[in-house]
Amino acid sequence: MTDLTSLTLAEARDRLKSRAVSSLEISKAHLEAIERAKMLNAFVAMTADKALEMAEASDVRLARGEGGPLEGLPIGVKDLYATRGVHTQACSHILEDFKPPYESTVTANLWRDGAVMLGKLNMDEFAMGSSNETSCYGPVASPWLPPNWSRDRARAALSSGKRGLLTPGGSSGGSASAVAARLCLAATASDTGGSIRQPAAFTGIVGIKPTYGRCSRYGMVAFASSLDQAGPLARTVRDAAIMLRSMAGPDAKDSTCSPAPVPDYEAAVGRSVKGMKIGVPKEYRLEGMNSEIEALWTRGAEWLRAAGASVVEVSLPHTPYALPAYYIVAPAEASSNLARYDGVRYGLREAGADVVELYEKTRARGFGAEVRRRLMIGTYVLSAGYYDAYYVRAQKIRTLIKRDFERAFADGVDAILTPATPSAAFGIGEKGSENPVEMYLNDVFTVTVNMAGLPGLVAPAGLSSEGLPLGLQLIGRPFDEETLFALGETIEQSGGRTALPEPWWE
Amino acid sequence: MATERRSTNLIKGATGDWEVIVGLEVHAQVTSRSKLFSGASTAFGGEPNAHVSLVDAAMPGMLPVINSECVAQAVRTGLGLKARINLRSTFDRKNYFYPDLPQGYQISQYKSPIVGEGEIHVDLTPDHSIRVGIERLHLEQDAGKSLHDQSPTMSFVDLNRSGVGLMEIVSKPDMRSAEEAKAYVGKLRTILRYIGSSDGDMEKGNLRADVNVSVRRPGDALGTRCEIKNVNSIRFIGQAIEVEARRQIAVIEDGGKIDQETRLFDPARGETRSMRSKEEAHDYRYFPDPDLLPLELDEVFVASLAAGLPELPDAKRARFMADYGLSAYDASILVAERETADFFESALRHGHGKRDPKAVANWLMGDVAAQANAQGVSPADAGLSPAALASVVDLIGEGVISGKIAKDLLARLFAEDRGAEPRALVEARGLRQVTDAGAIDSAVDAVIAANPDKAEQARTKPGMLGWFVGQVMKSTGGKANPQAVSEALKKRLGV
Repeated sequence: MTDLTSLTLAEARDRLKSRAVSSLEISKAHLEAIERAKMLNAFVAMTADKALEMAEASDVRLARGEGGPLEGLPIGVKDLYATRGVHTQACSHILEDFKPPYESTVTANLWRDGAVMLGKLNMDEFAMGSSNETSCYGPVASPWLPPNWSRDRARAALSSGKRGLLTPGGSSGGSASAVAARLCLAATASDTGGSIRQPAAFTGIVGIKPTYGRCSRYGMVAFASSLDQAGPLARTVRDAAIMLRSMAGPDAKDSTCSPAPVPDYEAAVGRSVKGMKIGVPKEYRLEGMNSEIEALWTRGAEWLRAAGASVVEVSLPHTPYALPAYYIVAPAEASSNLARYDGVRYGLREAGADVVELYEKTRARGFGAEVRRRLMIGTYVLSAGYYDAYYVRAQKIRTLIKRDFERAFADGVDAILTPATPSAAFGIGEKGSENPVEMYLNDVFTVTVNMAGLPGLVAPAGLSSEGLPLGLQLIGRPFDEETLFALGETIEQSGGRTALPEPWWE
Repeated sequence: MATERRSTNLIKGATGDWEVIVGLEVHAQVTSRSKLFSGASTAFGGEPNAHVSLVDAAMPGMLPVINSECVAQAVRTGLGLKARINLRSTFDRKNYFYPDLPQGYQISQYKSPIVGEGEIHVDLTPDHSIRVGIERLHLEQDAGKSLHDQSPTMSFVDLNRSGVGLMEIVSKPDMRSAEEAKAYVGKLRTILRYIGSSDGDMEKGNLRADVNVSVRRPGDALGTRCEIKNVNSIRFIGQAIEVEARRQIAVIEDGGKIDQETRLFDPARGETRSMRSKEEAHDYRYFPDPDLLPLELDEVFVASLAAGLPELPDAKRARFMADYGLSAYDASILVAERETADFFESALRHGHGKRDPKAVANWLMGDVAAQANAQGVSPADAGLSPAALASVVDLIGEGVISGKIAKDLLARLFAEDRGAEPRALVEARGLRQVTDAGAIDSAVDAVIAANPDKAEQARTKPGMLGWFVGQVMKSTGGKANPQAVSEALKKRLGV
């Protein structure tokens, strides 16, 4: 059975098409793997009956020689996406028992193309977090063993609070862990400040946050509307390309969604990168930077040069202001987006003597500490007297960051290469409990991309000296995901595909 | 047409004269089939929560999409207010918690409205009008409705109105009395109804106003204003301004000062009450709505809407005066409702189209309007066709019936003979007036013979003549031509 779950999405697709295997077999294999991996806490809801039903229907279509690009392929869905009649909670208490009577556009596109839904994946509450520790369902364990940990020690930790085990990153921690642990062929994720790319780097897989507007946000529980973007997590660049092609596309139900047609991203995988000009931004070379990350970055540039690309230094001067500005814009939007969770119409309601008390009790109990913190920050920065000093200035910085990138691209750079994260994965309970900013610093290399609305892809680039995966980030021109897939594949090939950990949790 | 402002608006206080300054924020429901950002129906009535989409209920992950018809209506209205149309406008969120506001914010246009400065000419009397400046017009969502009287322990929420498109039309503080403010709202409502961008139906809450009132000594700088929220009839707007101005004057004359605050008007008690002070004012935390792109219009779109605009009341009034020789007063009354003006022109032009405009106008504004009033409808909807009115006017003009008979004829056309063709009805009911001299003479003789002493008095007191005309009309069943009767009487009585 390990066989079927170890296939890449592309391999599984080809086997299904040649009828070497059925969707029912592949889907069952994954459902069993999920059962055996319960302790990782990657899935918060399994939809086994639905999966089997969808798989059978796919097999019928495949038998007729029909079916979409993802026909019969079992995937996982981040709990952020509304799935009709199925658990959709953004891993928050406040959406307790919520089952939407509607489907998000991204998941509808996946089902249209034949994908099979295995269940809903754990995440940081409302996608606010970088370690999946803010989920109301508790943390997710990464399938990667902490350095020098024995299998037994890790198994013991799994059943006693997971402390010390590695986080898969966040907010798409459940998605990353499930894909890396081979519980699904690929998964949907979402990225507001790095929530696809950081977990990809931490778990040795591939993630892409496409250009803002490439995927519809309809039916995706909103965190920060101007930054949120859907994207896939997968085990190879090719698999990510296949997933994104199905997820993306125009949608009249989202005014910010691009009407541009979706190219065949898979065709870009394997395309030559010869003659491309790659920018390496000097401002990303931080003081006191982890030397392994720095070395990895240099190595990545060498790989691309070896493949025929030229590498030049570029300047993105406003980079240092991106993180603080992000932590104003994102909470500001969140404070307004999350106002609808008031206990009046759906989800959790805590009774109160009057409506104000109902609000206070519902929201105090319904939201976790990190969400409450960001809602307070967001409310503060939008308040009269502070708006100009915080929100308006943050938006100005955002414009300058965007301009930095535009200038670099105008100078002929095809893509920009940066580290994905300041370090390899850290342990559960290790960061942010004393000072939340410690956790926010995880996003230092990724938030600029959201602030500028650009596509960013993270591909695994090797292992740290302690044997943990490290990733590199490629940033592209707006709607030029194809270049990122071509370059990403070069990194993936040059680094040698990372061998994912054996299932010690089973 | 605008004349110098008259100083008769001043209010007499205990210590001298005061001037009242009024500015209005009118909220008019946009006429459109669906809501501003969702596909749900805007139909009035219906079971509570029957017209609610996932977007209106603010379900997780739902997004607003602008309704282009509402945008077109706002632009049409802006053009009707001779206002600047902003080719780029933006939507902002106004954040506050309330159960009838599912999103926790209202989408409005705070920074960059779709329509900028414009103006309205408001007629106070036929020959006196004032100009009221328009500050801006913007689009925003209506909220739902909280129902507090359905249960002793709970409040209910009806979201049917949630997300319905409103135009907020903000005037400059250009009005100086309750009368001016009432006339302004009346004129604005007329313009909206002409354009078809709002039905202005105040009973359904489709037109409401926030009224800003301040007072000052004539010539002084503006005083501190109070805002009276959500006044829902023209009459109440007038009353609210009167009582608020008097309240403010009393406060100042007693040595107090006016606090900037939001107040409510209580029509039952005829007073305004404080709702919240400036310190208690909500901090709405406005910021641009990231779910919506800036609204960008092109010149061609605006030009096509301008080309499709109907003739507006000011232009129509001027044309009625110039083309039909109507007085300013008559023209103003006729154009107040577009349907009435259309009815007038259609009656005037019916068939050969050669009839006296003044006569058509008089009958329309007189008997027809009175009948309509009694039914509680507009003259155009009272059940008489323009062709029938044309026919009645023609019958009078041809001398077939008298004005007296015409009144009876119209009464019949509104009642037992509804829908009948007037000319045929005159024949069928024998309503043709008697102009035959012989018949009139014998009727006159009969009346004189029956009242010899009154006839004697009439020879010296010509004022009695009217009584005799009345008696002859009565004896002829109203069909005699009153003019001919009068002539015959004068001859017989020798006056």
